[in-house]
Amino acid sequence: MNCFILQTVQLLQIEAVNKAFGKSVVLKNISMTVPKGSICGLLGPNGAGKTSLIRMVNQILLPDSGKIYLDGTLLAPKHNRIVGYLPEERGLYQNMKVGEQAVYLARLKGLSKEEAKQNVSYWFEKFQISEWWHKKTRTLSKGMAQKLQFIIAVVHRPKFLIFDEPFSGFDPLNTALIKSEIRQLRQEGSTVILSTHRMETVEQMCDHAVMLHKSEKVLEGSIKSLQKQFQSGLYEVAIKAVDKEKARAVLSSKYTLLPADFRSLDEDLTFNLRCDEKLPSDQLFRDLLNLGSVSHFVEKIPTMDAIFKKAIA
Amino acid sequence: MRNPRFFLKVPLLATLNSAMEKLKRIVCREFLNKIQNRSYVVLTFLSPALILGTLFLMFYLSRVNQKGVREILLVDASSLSVKDAFLNTATETYTDLSMLGLEPAKELVRKNKYHGLLYLPSALGGGGPLTDSIVYFSKEMPGIFLLNSMENHISDRLKSHRLGLLGLNAESIAAAEVEVVINPVSFSGSTSLKSFRLMQLSQGMVAGYLVMIFILIYGTSVMRSVVEEKTNRIVELIVASVKPFELMLGKIIGNAMAGLLQFFAWGALLLIFGSFLVPFIETNALASASLSSTGDGFGNLNDFIQVLQWMPELPWFQLFVMFVFYFLGGFFFYSSIFAAIGAAVDRETDTQQFLLPVLLPLTVAVYVGMLSVMSDPHGSLATVLSMVPFTSPVVMLMRLPFGVPQQELMISLALLLLGFLFVVWAGAKIYRIGILMQGKKVTYKELFKWIWQ
Repeated sequence: MNCFILQTVQLLQIEAVNKAFGKSVVLKNISMTVPKGSICGLLGPNGAGKTSLIRMVNQILLPDSGKIYLDGTLLAPKHNRIVGYLPEERGLYQNMKVGEQAVYLARLKGLSKEEAKQNVSYWFEKFQISEWWHKKTRTLSKGMAQKLQFIIAVVHRPKFLIFDEPFSGFDPLNTALIKSEIRQLRQEGSTVILSTHRMETVEQMCDHAVMLHKSEKVLEGSIKSLQKQFQSGLYEVAIKAVDKEKARAVLSSKYTLLPADFRSLDEDLTFNLRCDEKLPSDQLFRDLLNLGSVSHFVEKIPTMDAIFKKAIA
Repeated sequence: MRNPRFFLKVPLLATLNSAMEKLKRIVCREFLNKIQNRSYVVLTFLSPALILGTLFLMFYLSRVNQKGVREILLVDASSLSVKDAFLNTATETYTDLSMLGLEPAKELVRKNKYHGLLYLPSALGGGGPLTDSIVYFSKEMPGIFLLNSMENHISDRLKSHRLGLLGLNAESIAAAEVEVVINPVSFSGSTSLKSFRLMQLSQGMVAGYLVMIFILIYGTSVMRSVVEEKTNRIVELIVASVKPFELMLGKIIGNAMAGLLQFFAWGALLLIFGSFLVPFIETNALASASLSSTGDGFGNLNDFIQVLQWMPELPWFQLFVMFVFYFLGGFFFYSSIFAAIGAAVDRETDTQQFLLPVLLPLTVAVYVGMLSVMSDPHGSLATVLSMVPFTSPVVMLMRLPFGVPQQELMISLALLLLGFLFVVWAGAKIYRIGILMQGKKVTYKELFKWIWQ
């Protein structure tokens, strides 16, 4: 039954994984899942254990204890074929030709020569770098090399993609290009792990997140559920009240009013409002309407950064 | 119904197949990367040309030297007519100016193109030491062969004179002299003359040296390749596709293939060029030998020609096969260590602290091995060194031309194989951990910890 669930819902399941290098513990009892077809953000500050965990999924490191399942089966060398990896510290053979290098690395992932050439050509055309096929890698600019590294990660059409800090060092144009390609790959059926310490990237791109801190997992869930879990009942409010002082006094008796951190175009009464009790938002809205016309009413959704800070507090 | 083992075997075979495929690709990349390197191509073609060129130059220069005729003046103040011992040859002509005296003769040499002036003092007939009394005046320092030749002439003459004083006949003594050469014959029936023994020694030395040079060149090449992948940061991408052991093995096999190809290319080129050059050298050497009556200018030409003629009689095939075995064994053995060193450091310059313990056994193999084989190819030191895997690839090749008992050869090969398996295993352990380690200086203690981790 469990196995059936794994095969249908989760692409990756990690169970109670531990890893230490000598006396230094890098992963402590980590369990997590990555749903099929999702973009999962692996979050955490530097040194949290993200890269070690990724290396284990890539079978570069072995766990001291615990189990890792991929696509319903225990992680094994055969899974290399279905995993694409863009490491944080990435490099290329400088003396090899660009096309030759991409084909070689695709073949190490198990593609035949023809398949590898065909796939590399497809991506080279897509990224408009076909004319670089016969040039030496050392002649590539940084941006071009980054494109090539991305192509190498995805060229064998893997089911599971792992990007470790994929946007570090990318210029805004390339960042946008890579983001759009990652979304496209997800749409085509790939599952993605996006390891980063940049929380805003996760908010933009991910629908699932796992947070690590000091070698331990501190949070896991869909982005929505995490935001719901850490919902603070904070609203941005602006009212066109006739008697601003009275309105403020009425609201203060029922809610906590905080200084506004947004701007209103009119001379409205503006503030951040916190519902200390879990009130439905329509109740709050009705209370506001009783005091004047509401020009601005937005629920403040907690950022991943705020969630992370709360989680580790 | 199928045997349940069948279901186990299929994925195992598939995994093995995939691993072999990947290994093949790594080997191909390493091999092609190496042989397409400009320095490899240059070294492959240039080395045989350099060897043969040096040989050719040596003969050419010896001929050029012999072509020039040196005019030498003689002032013999002795009453023994030593000057009569100096006969003109193709390379030297002697002019007697004893009547002129020493000082005018010296002036003549200074002002004209004479090579020099040999002065034989009047005290020659006495029994005292003659070291300081005979002098050769010249503008330039004379060659050692010329001095040697003149010393021999004087010595022969004086010896003959003194034998006469003692009442002995020089001709009778010369006739009584017997040249003794001991020809060693082993119980297996192989006979070897002294010169032939020297050739055996040379053959072993060359093979041993070659193995050492190849191990050094290609072993460090493996190390550089590992360091390059590590500093390039591509290694993480590669080990996400293949096992570190496969990557290491691929590098070693690829470089070994490039090394063997270079060795075969050298052999073929030397054979081709040599087949043109050797008859030329033989002809010219014979001509030179007949020109020089003294034989001192290039004294052992006949020996050299004999050596060339004996060459086909050496156990080339056995040595070739064993060379390949020991080259591969030694190369795999040392390359695993070199690969582990490459993985343990961040920069090539950091490799030096780990290189000394690797280079030391190789140096011992060449120098101690050479001396021990020269003194006794079957002595205990040579035997032990040809068994220990650290030194056997070099020392056993040095011993082989002298005939090594079959069981010793088998033990040596078995120990090399065991040593190789252990070193590859330990090297792979260090390699697996080291390649992902960045910015940390590794100590010997840590290396040993990684092996047993």
